[in-house]
Amino acid sequence: MKDWFAHNVIGLPELASSNGQAVDDLIVYVHWLMLALFIGWILYFGYVLFRFNNARNKKADYQGSKSKVPSYVELAIVAIEAVLLLGIAVPLWAKNVSHFPTPEESTVVQIVAQQFAWNARYPGPDGKFGSQEMKLVAETNVFGVDAADAAGKDDVQVFNEIHVPVNKPVLIYLSSKDVIHSLKLVAMRLTQDAIPGLRIPCTFTPTKIGRYQIECAQLCGNGHAAMAGGFVVVQSQEDFTAWLKSKSGSAAPQSFE
Amino acid sequence: MEIPYTVQNRPDTGIYNAKLGIWLFLASEVMLFGGLFSAYVLLRVGAAPGEWPHGWLNVTLGTINTLLLALSAITTLLAWAACKVRDFGKFRIFHACTILLALTFLGIKSYEYRDKLMHYEIKLNNGKFADGHLVEKSADFDLAKKTGSVTLHGHFVDDEKELADLRSPEAQAAKHGEVVVAATDIKSMGNYGPRHNTFTAIYFTLTGLHALHILGGTLVIFYFWAFGGAMWKTDPERFTNRIEVSGLFWHFVDLVWIFLFPVLYLT
Amino acid sequence: MQSNVQQFPPFREPQPQHAHDSHGHAEHHEPNFWQKYIFSTDHKVIGIQYGFMSLCFMLFGFFLMLLMRWQIAHPGVPVPVFGPLLEKILGQPAAHGAISPDLYNSFGAMHGTIMVFLGVVPLAFAAFGNYVVPLMIGAPDMTFPRINMASFHAFFLGGVVMLVSFFIPGGAAQAGWTSYSPLATTIPTNGQAFWLVGMVLLITSSLLGAVNFIATIIQLRAPGMTWMRLPWFVWAQFVTAFILLLAFPPLEAAGVLQLMDNLAGTSFFLPTGLAVGGQLVDRSGGGSPLLWQHLFWFLGHPEVYVLILPAMGIVIEVIANNTRKPIWGYKSLVYSVLFVGFLSFIVWAHHMYLTGMGQKIATFFQATTMMISVPSVIILTCMFLSLWGGSIRINTPMLFALGFLPMFGIGGLTGLPLGLAAADLYLHDTYYIIAHFHYVVAPGTIFALFAGVYFWFPKMTGRKMNEFWGRVHFWCSLVFMNLVFMPMFAQGIKGMLRRMSDGAVNYSAARVPNAIDALPGSVMQLNGWILWAAIALGIAQIPFIINLFWSIGHGEKVGTNPWSATTLDWQTPTPPPHGNFAHEPQVVRGPYEYSAPGHAEDFTPQDEPESSAAPLTPTAHH
Ligand code: HEA
Ligand code: HEA
Ligand code: CUA
Ligand SMILES: [Cu+2]
Repeated sequence: MKDWFAHNVIGLPELASSNGQAVDDLIVYVHWLMLALFIGWILYFGYVLFRFNNARNKKADYQGSKSKVPSYVELAIVAIEAVLLLGIAVPLWAKNVSHFPTPEESTVVQIVAQQFAWNARYPGPDGKFGSQEMKLVAETNVFGVDAADAAGKDDVQVFNEIHVPVNKPVLIYLSSKDVIHSLKLVAMRLTQDAIPGLRIPCTFTPTKIGRYQIECAQLCGNGHAAMAGGFVVVQSQEDFTAWLKSKSGSAAPQSFE
Repeated sequence: MEIPYTVQNRPDTGIYNAKLGIWLFLASEVMLFGGLFSAYVLLRVGAAPGEWPHGWLNVTLGTINTLLLALSAITTLLAWAACKVRDFGKFRIFHACTILLALTFLGIKSYEYRDKLMHYEIKLNNGKFADGHLVEKSADFDLAKKTGSVTLHGHFVDDEKELADLRSPEAQAAKHGEVVVAATDIKSMGNYGPRHNTFTAIYFTLTGLHALHILGGTLVIFYFWAFGGAMWKTDPERFTNRIEVSGLFWHFVDLVWIFLFPVLYLT
Repeated sequence: MQSNVQQFPPFREPQPQHAHDSHGHAEHHEPNFWQKYIFSTDHKVIGIQYGFMSLCFMLFGFFLMLLMRWQIAHPGVPVPVFGPLLEKILGQPAAHGAISPDLYNSFGAMHGTIMVFLGVVPLAFAAFGNYVVPLMIGAPDMTFPRINMASFHAFFLGGVVMLVSFFIPGGAAQAGWTSYSPLATTIPTNGQAFWLVGMVLLITSSLLGAVNFIATIIQLRAPGMTWMRLPWFVWAQFVTAFILLLAFPPLEAAGVLQLMDNLAGTSFFLPTGLAVGGQLVDRSGGGSPLLWQHLFWFLGHPEVYVLILPAMGIVIEVIANNTRKPIWGYKSLVYSVLFVGFLSFIVWAHHMYLTGMGQKIATFFQATTMMISVPSVIILTCMFLSLWGGSIRINTPMLFALGFLPMFGIGGLTGLPLGLAAADLYLHDTYYIIAHFHYVVAPGTIFALFAGVYFWFPKMTGRKMNEFWGRVHFWCSLVFMNLVFMPMFAQGIKGMLRRMSDGAVNYSAARVPNAIDALPGSVMQLNGWILWAAIALGIAQIPFIINLFWSIGHGEKVGTNPWSATTLDWQTPTPPPHGNFAHEPQVVRGPYEYSAPGHAEDFTPQDEPESSAAPLTPTAHH
């Protein structure tokens, strides 16, 4: 019922992450409330327009409605909103922004947006990022990688093509090097603004192998609409490890224009 | 029908139109400066450790300006009182003082501005910094062409951070003198104008906006001072109201400074 | 109904010509053209000035949108008819008569700005407020007529600056009406600077207006016009004025700061280490992009209630008049609008859920956002219940007022999911947002404004607008508005993003077949349909425009109170003379005394001397 409604009535697209289910559910519940209200009001609306049209009702009633129902309806609305808010929305958001998977149990990726593309950086096979510094950030070195650090030697840096293993949390540290962009993965039910000067964590857990596009959801200049070159490729763990190996060491500072 | 309560109070609200108007306007002004102050706070707490400047402004001059405005508040009050007791001569004298005080304030302020604009920080190719007030630029000085040199009255420092807190013992101890820098050694050079850093930016914006208010207020007061005579003869009560209203604005502008001074000069 | 027009206490019959002089202001000579129409201090003239200007701007904003909709439906295809013209005036950005991304972004930003700050606010607040409020409260004029004039001139200048910015090199602002930094600062053209200067002027205009309105409502209420006897429209304007007064200054502050960033090279909103288009930006850095967003939305959200409250006020007046019965729950309406006004100041960050907002703050703003929907529900409920037991009279104003209800309902209800951060997480920046707020501002607010125009036109001109064409205007607008905006919900829910200069073809299955979540062709198809619906919507306005101008000279002549209304604005000569009222009205009852028991007429004007024992307040039964 719920999922049928989600996909056939309000038309949510295919879901490909485990974290997305809760989001879809919330959207569905709110829309049930909205529909109930809307239909209720419309029926009432139609009825009064018919019943109290001056053709049918010559003399208006000075007192008007004395019914208590409206007050109850209003209270009901308040109650339901409270439930949705405190029962679902608040805990869900809390989970979203304060309970991140540990780096150990997840695939860690640093993503830096730029006009008009996405840069991503993985710790290499050793699972450790080379040290980075703000003041090293430069056009050719968007992550401010410290070339001297050994741990960084095997790091992986890719452009617009972000691979992740399926059924394992992905922990993203998101930033931008020029203006505000926004990382939107429709199928993962994930949106997060990429804000220069900030490094914002966000997470999702892909459940379906395949190729998904990264949408840039924040107006970022005349290339905003064309900033569609980015993809997230969800693979089996094996394919992913192989891919990561093949890219190992690509993080040495270099230009990606 | 004519517009009522332009002079007399409306019985049930106990206020006349213009006075209510100015209070409402001041409410919006509070929000305006409130917005700017919150910007100041956010920028300051957001600043990287050790980078927010301290002691960059001349506290003595700031204090003098504070006193000037405090005095002008008093003279404004007296000017209004003079109108209340129907003594136009006294009104003239008091508001003359107000105007003079205001102009002195602006004079000192512009001196402070000039001081900041003459103050240069030069980034040298060797990674060090030269910092001080401009003494002279040699005739052939040209950064682009890398010719000539500049002379500052100041000193060299190894790290920009040393320039942040001028109240620190090290900064106090620093020896200042004539330093000559050749254009060939200069990486970049800029004065302590708004674009120097977020502190100078907010400093110039806040005080600049405040100075504009002072200027506006002074002009209004001067107008009443110079051309008020006519209305004084025909409708002294209305004139008195105008003095009260402009006075209210003036007190607000003073109040803003009472916040600006500690926030910018003392912390 | 015509018969009622005669039923007036004689002293309120319109005086012949000399009424103007004997009750006019100090100057006793006939004002010349300039004094009368350009530098007038008469609230009625200023109201009409505002009204005309804002309608023109609205039309212009709509025209921009048509061009955008063409580009969305047919990316890169030269605009038919207007293409060559565009290229001639705008040059490079409109090369080959097609709309480049830069131009699209300019149009988008300016559509938003013009519709909000030069269209709806001046029409809903300044125009109707100026013309109607003093009449409704029985005042001779605004408290500060000269400031009123200054406010209009500031508005006019602001508009001019905005328009001029289209023609400067690089064109108008391109960073959206929200002008987020750093984008707004890093775009290398001057459009943004013009936008900011224009905004400062418009803000000044609104502030002057707000001060004037509040002072007028507090000081110039006629004797007997107690707070609880104010028509609710006046309450709505009162709260609106306060919102403008207190919410606009922070944006003015933000505007000044961004202007410094753009012109003086400061870094208020620029963080350290920005690297734009190749090299590190030569700025000190140390600023905060989020600071701008907070300052903007601190105005931005209250602003949306500025757009809706006066509209609701109009709807209430029209409904009360055409149901021929008192408004249901006048008191709760008053408290609700005050509550909305207050709450609107503490919900702003619901526009910023996805800027990395922490748990506590998000909880606070979700809670306040849900709370603010409650008074809105109450207001809507009062409107709906007022219909019950009425003798509903269907005419053009009433049709638009009734149309407002479900339209605002849809827009408001779709605000709820957005208010919940976790749902907004998915819907943010999709067309769902566009659909949400257009339902409130376009078929919502605009319909209410149309209702107001048709309703008060007879007061301004002494003639009615043509009823038949009015109804044509309504039904066509209703149908096409929905055909324009309803599909946007579908597009949004499928993940189609806003501000896409190519209608999101880059994300469509046609372009990226191998991506699982590419937008299906059906979604892209809607773009084409919306274009035609929008064009039809534009055509549907032609009857209105003609009707409006034609009726000034040829509309059916009517008396001072053609709608048999109770409020004071209908108890003065038509059009009201300078000074409005021949005699200061004495208010003796509430605003909506329709069908009051013991009265011959089915309406009892607020200032009709008490004869029989009629209840004093419309809410006696509460
Ligand atoms: C007049 C304008 C207006 C109004 C009134 C509202 C009203 C509301 N808005 Fe909307 N909003 C905008 C204009 C408006 N909004 C604009 C312009 C934007 C986009 C800005 C931008 O990004 O460019 C926006 C964006 C916006 C966002 C940000 C979305 C995002 O960017 O991610 C949010 C999130 O909380 C939101 C929430 C709400 C809520 C909860 C209400 C509530 O106040 C709604 C309360 C009303 C109801 C709950 C309806 C009650 C009615 C009934 C129950 C009766 C129903 C009857 C029938 C159907 C017959 N709005
Ligand atoms: C009050 C505000 C308001 C109003 C009324 C409208 C009205 C309309 N808007 Fe707009 N819109 C915004 C505010 C508004 N909009 C904002 C803030 C944005 C966001 C901008 C951004 O992203 O930064 C936006 C964005 C926006 C978009 C998204 C663009 C994008 O994201 O890429 C679209 C797309 O279709 C759109 C369409 C429309 C349409 C079809 C109308 C129609 O409903 C227009 C209806 C109007 C008319 C039909 C004209 C009526 C006028 C008359 C009849 C005048 C008569 C004249 C005389 C008598 C002289 N608007
Ligand atoms: Cu990047 Cu939009
Ligand atoms: Cu909002």
